Amino acid sequence: MKLHKFFSFVLIAGALALFAASCGSDDDDDTVATTAAPTTEAPAPPLRIAIVSPSASNDLAFSQSISDGVNALGDERNIDVAITDGTFVVEEAAAQIRAYADEGYDLVIAHGSQYGGSLEEIAPDYPDTTFAWGTAADTFGLDNVYAYTAAADQGGYVLGTMAGALTNSEVIGVVGPIEVGDAKLYVDGFKAGAEAQNSNANVSVVYIGSFSDVALATETAQAHVGQGADVMTGSAQMVVGAVGVAQNEGVLWFGTQADQRSLAPEIVVASQVYKWEVILQQIVDDMDSGASGGKAFVVTLENGGLEIAYNDAYDLPANVRQLAEDTIAGIIDGSISTS
Amino acid sequence: MTEIRQRLLRNAIGPMVPLTAVLLALIIGAFMVLAFGGDPIEGYRAMFSGAFGGWDELSETTLRATPLLLVGVGICIAFRSSVINIGGEGQIIAGALLCTTIVLVLPDLPRPVLLPLALLGGAVGGAFWGWMPGMLKAYAAVNEILSTIMLNIVAGYLMQFLLLGPMKDRQSEELGDIAQTERLSENAKLPTLLEGTQFNLGIVVAVLAAIVGFVLLWRTSLGFEMRAVGGNQIAAQYAGMRVKRNIVLALTFSGMMSGLAGAVLVLSSTAHRLSVESGPSGFTQLAGFNGIVAALFGALHPLWTIPASFLFGGLLVGAFALQRAVQVATPLVVALSGLVVVFVVSSESIVTRAREWAERVSQIAKGGSSSGNEPSTPLGATDPGSPRAPDSASEPESTQTPETSSETIVT
Amino acid sequence: MNLLAIVDFSVVEIFAARSGWSGFFTLSTLVVTIAATIRLATPFVIASVGESVGQRSGVLNLGVDGVMLLGAFGAYYTTLETGSPWLGLAVGTGVGAVMGLVYAFITVTLHAQQGISGIGIYLFGLGMSDLLFRQLVGTPKPIGGFEGLFEFSVPETRFDVAYPDLYNHSILVYMAFLLVPAVTLLVNRTTFGMNVRAVGETPEAADSLGVSVTRTRYSTIIIANSLAGVAGAALALEKGIFIQNITNGMGFIAVALVYFGAWRPIGVMAGSLLFGLVNALVLQWKTLGIISGATAQLAEMAPAAVTIIALVVVTNRIGQPSALTQPFRRGAH
Repeated sequence: MKLHKFFSFVLIAGALALFAASCGSDDDDDTVATTAAPTTEAPAPPLRIAIVSPSASNDLAFSQSISDGVNALGDERNIDVAITDGTFVVEEAAAQIRAYADEGYDLVIAHGSQYGGSLEEIAPDYPDTTFAWGTAADTFGLDNVYAYTAAADQGGYVLGTMAGALTNSEVIGVVGPIEVGDAKLYVDGFKAGAEAQNSNANVSVVYIGSFSDVALATETAQAHVGQGADVMTGSAQMVVGAVGVAQNEGVLWFGTQADQRSLAPEIVVASQVYKWEVILQQIVDDMDSGASGGKAFVVTLENGGLEIAYNDAYDLPANVRQLAEDTIAGIIDGSISTS
Repeated sequence: MTEIRQRLLRNAIGPMVPLTAVLLALIIGAFMVLAFGGDPIEGYRAMFSGAFGGWDELSETTLRATPLLLVGVGICIAFRSSVINIGGEGQIIAGALLCTTIVLVLPDLPRPVLLPLALLGGAVGGAFWGWMPGMLKAYAAVNEILSTIMLNIVAGYLMQFLLLGPMKDRQSEELGDIAQTERLSENAKLPTLLEGTQFNLGIVVAVLAAIVGFVLLWRTSLGFEMRAVGGNQIAAQYAGMRVKRNIVLALTFSGMMSGLAGAVLVLSSTAHRLSVESGPSGFTQLAGFNGIVAALFGALHPLWTIPASFLFGGLLVGAFALQRAVQVATPLVVALSGLVVVFVVSSESIVTRAREWAERVSQIAKGGSSSGNEPSTPLGATDPGSPRAPDSASEPESTQTPETSSETIVT
Repeated sequence: MNLLAIVDFSVVEIFAARSGWSGFFTLSTLVVTIAATIRLATPFVIASVGESVGQRSGVLNLGVDGVMLLGAFGAYYTTLETGSPWLGLAVGTGVGAVMGLVYAFITVTLHAQQGISGIGIYLFGLGMSDLLFRQLVGTPKPIGGFEGLFEFSVPETRFDVAYPDLYNHSILVYMAFLLVPAVTLLVNRTTFGMNVRAVGETPEAADSLGVSVTRTRYSTIIIANSLAGVAGAALALEKGIFIQNITNGMGFIAVALVYFGAWRPIGVMAGSLLFGLVNALVLQWKTLGIISGATAQLAEMAPAAVTIIALVVVTNRIGQPSALTQPFRRGAH
């Protein structure tokens, strides 16, 4: 009796929803029509790009880098961007990737290496949609999937040499999340750079075991300072607390993934910044030429996809700046190996 | 006639409560959307169509509801036995880890053998993670709130350790170094029920588990004992019941259901593998907590938890459509689900008062006295096996059974 | 069984890496470890001492984590907008008090089941703080660089302080540890405290002696939740930042520590310090390279595991308040 009632409620709700859905899709058609209308001289409809990313799209780290990249692409051409962020639940992200593909987006970007396994299963169901996922180098042999990644070790190496040159105590602290992927690549590059520049430097690397534990990241930074570190770096979104420690203790900080100078203008020396627009441009050009995937792209110092953003507010000695520029040149011409 | 009217009056109040609670929470949510400059009607329309608007949406909602239902059934068992199990997250992980290990070790077994074995592995893993706090509570006087919370943390780090080490996909190292297992055997994939949709066997497993949970609690003497111990330990002990054993069993069964949820999550995941790249909750979907909400929404009754999980899963799925439609972030739905819980629990005393009033009215009409044995569950589940809930502490007729109001935790 | 293997494994690894130990057993490292323990324990001390007051009167609040999150966001946002950490602290406390009032209404006036209502409060706080942050702030903006009394430091010119790390904390750390004797006195030596204990043990008897169970429980719940708000505020102000779910489950650990401390502020503090110490040790060992790789990953579960083991080994004989989680209804018994 009551079950019956309950299900009739669910049915009614479902019916209402179907009605709502039909209204909703009408709205969608309208918006497309209005955006297309003013561009009468440019007949090409906007390229529709969707992004699914694990943390907030303005997190000053991983997720911000991709939304900045796509928006920068918008300077060049007519695009229509939709973002679903904060999908740290992998299955939620998978559902969103499917939904965007269903809605006919031209390019669906799955920005997180944890989404790759899902994408491998989803992409074959949507042969007309182009997917991109990063950070990774594998396209699963599918011809509608692009992979993109960053040679984070390169920027890490450059920042590492600067750290090696700037440290007085010869103790350098690193706050890492868990020992995988992009973070590991960056940290390994940084350590190699610092040790190459300053053979006495003691680079202490701590992976705290979490992408989200701000308290532990902060305390790790404090432990580094306690051991005499006067230069630190770190990767992932929980480092915001560690930057605060660096600021309070007057310790230098090197950022990565996005420009972190706004977090602590006095002590952030430089940040490695991902310019995803460089490879997004390549992906879009490739799509224009009729392809829809099957290639892997890497942002590097050479192709301009990796940039060292110096903080103008920090008075960087000219010789260290020169050292950084030389290191960049050395990595580009292959005379310096980052590992 | 009066019998019927009495039933009608009583039955009308029951299901109204969760529905009113949801409605009230949605109204408050509407004001929040308005405050952030969105159109609530447009937002909710998007939300409902995002959750129930078509086969794709319905299957997505079902996928989301499955772990909620399994955890929820486990929560029904634990809470009915007056054991507060907040260890769902850890039990899901333990189940998933054992299930994945089995599939990784025996990938070539035929599907009819491997699939049940993998599910069993999940159940055993979760049961073990529930058995530990059960033993600690029964024999070492360690409060289960403390131990289940701590074991959640331990399980999370254990998962991270295993997926970075022994269980890691070796191939991934050159491809981007990801904390996940290799793709699991095709034989361990939960079969799809309807061609072309995402509906899979997981929901069938969950519904069966709900039925098993119901039978266990209200059709077996063991279930009776567990609920009796939940009601009043001292009285139960005098009645010759084995209190300690029942505490251990309650947590073990509860963990088993969560472990099963972990197995279903792995075996029905899109990627068909276990990954911890987003942290443990990226895998568990916080079902260990959300399952509590579903169970509560289902009046701590395994069968009612079925529609409750479905509705709550729909809210979670629809949140993304809401976010896209009115630019109000998805955490809104998490906040609203919290409000639903609060409203449902706090309405119990109001409802019992209303039901008391309804009964008095009908008794006056009948001119007779009460049988004294009316089912009086907090949220009005009135099937034959109707529970006398240990949580219905606010029952005005508690003079009949004063022990039902004492929800005792032994430390 | 599981745990034994881990411990065994760690011990072997640790002795293999003996070189790092000389770095660990230096006075300065020990001082740094103790300072880290104190800082890590601070939010737990505040939240669990508060929660112990609530539980002494018979009310369990599993929603501490949610209240902490709301307090943290309130304090963070206020400080971000006004630049005053004191105002932020006040708002954090106020948010906690309001949540306390709501929780008291639900559990005392409406007699709602406490364990479950707490989970509702948790989810509400988790979602609401995240939502407000994303709608009002969005990108992480640091607050900090506080001066004056807030960032307390021992004036070195006046005292010869050997290890300033031990003393230089924000005022919140001192407040946290002062709470322990303060609450002990409040509960054990005042009339109000006597009422709290009476209400938590035998509400019927207290009621018959003219103690208002309702009023007492409202007071304790508001105290408990205000302190949860303070704990959240302390976290946000100490770290100078807010991000989604910044507490990372701290509130649940705080509740667990109340059981660990057997409802006595001093025991609760001991539990917080133990948890903080294990965390600080693991961190310090990682920093010194004493443990790394797989051992370091296993060591991350040590704080939680040690807390459970400690309770098994040190069986606590003091029972919980008899009326814990039981709503009071006059004349029901």
